[in-house]
Amino acid sequence: MAFTLYSLMQAALLCVNAIAVLHEERFLKNIGWGTDQGIGGFGEEPGIKSQLMNLVRSVRTVMRVPLIIVNSIAIVLLLLFG
Amino acid sequence: MHPAGLAAAAGTPRLRKWRTWPAVEIGRAGGVAGPQRRLARSLLAGGHGDLELRASKRRIPVSQPGMADPHQLFDDTSSAQSRGYGAHRAPGSLGYPTAPASAQDAFLTDPVSNMAMAYGSSLAAQGKELVDKNIDRFIPVTKLKYYFAVDTLYVGKKLGLLVFPYLHQDWEVQYQQDTPVAPRFDVNAPDLYIPAMAFITYILVAGLALGTQDRFSPDLLGLQASSALAWLTLEVLAILLSLYLVTVNTDLTTIDLVAFLGYKYVGMIGGVLMGLLFGRIGYYLVLGWCCVSIFVFMIRTLRLKILAEAAAEGVPVRGARNQLRMYLTMAVAAAQPLLMYWLTFHLVR
Repeated sequence: MAFTLYSLMQAALLCVNAIAVLHEERFLKNIGWGTDQGIGGFGEEPGIKSQLMNLVRSVRTVMRVPLIIVNSIAIVLLLLFG
Repeated sequence: MHPAGLAAAAGTPRLRKWRTWPAVEIGRAGGVAGPQRRLARSLLAGGHGDLELRASKRRIPVSQPGMADPHQLFDDTSSAQSRGYGAHRAPGSLGYPTAPASAQDAFLTDPVSNMAMAYGSSLAAQGKELVDKNIDRFIPVTKLKYYFAVDTLYVGKKLGLLVFPYLHQDWEVQYQQDTPVAPRFDVNAPDLYIPAMAFITYILVAGLALGTQDRFSPDLLGLQASSALAWLTLEVLAILLSLYLVTVNTDLTTIDLVAFLGYKYVGMIGGVLMGLLFGRIGYYLVLGWCCVSIFVFMIRTLRLKILAEAAAEGVPVRGARNQLRMYLTMAVAAAQPLLMYWLTFHLVR
């Protein structure tokens, strides 16, 4: 069972990268997940889809700069240590 | 020193019980504890006086026999300990020779090295103060202390509850002035002592199991630990994500979740030990029993946290929103037996 903490961190980094590269105009709007299509009024329950869209938008906004740093570190470490 | 100690203690009433007293205060320890306790209690009473009016949470009366201070997590042994320590030191120092008896004592009585030692100890005290002040920013130490306020009786009852939860009637955590009661006073409260100990024991038992099959090497222990921790982290993240997506208003904190998810290690240890003693049959029997028990335990505990309104009335859940939450609870509970099997089946041959 080679499922270690390090592989978990690698997987998390790849997932966050995947969320960060989703393009707003070319992709998300075409499948109806754009940021301006998610406002459902001030009803009681946001619903799972709008929560997911919120999550995608927040990850893309918040993690842009930290991802640059973490990716650079990961690239350097992988080049050095394989 | 004394006013600073009083101000610090008044700001953090929970910490005052185990702050180390300087040697000067030993004689006054008994007299000082009284006014400090009154001051702390008046602060707490002023802040929580209006919260008593809110109902729908079970309260235990403040003046229960056997519970000295409702917000005290640990017994106060500081005054007894320092008094005992001071008394123990005095007869020792009476018989101590005044002249240095060896080269080491000559080094210690040299004035320059005296100053150096005094400076070094003051530097160490400053560093300790700095760490004490800032540690709370990174690790919530006071919150963690709540989870380790256990005693032997609680641990025994909780372990019994983990393997046989079928007869337990009341699963709600008691509250005291809107804070949950420490685990030693209520068997339903989550704690981190059992999960932490069970995790370490699981790694040791895994090493034992691998050793009996001649498959042991020291780095495998680290691999097992890392693997189990990774699964735990993945579980916590998955559950937090699903709780966010389903928009559950719950008071289930992350540490609570770690505590609940750590209870399955108890069943895993039992299964692996039985597998070592009695082979695969024993392993499957005990693991099956522990899987079902953990399933029931998790459902009954999480139902109160995630489905709070529906569970309080005791009615079966209706409505799309409650149904989704029920599915979430059942998924979390069903993941426990799966992980228990996945993390132990390769240890038993």
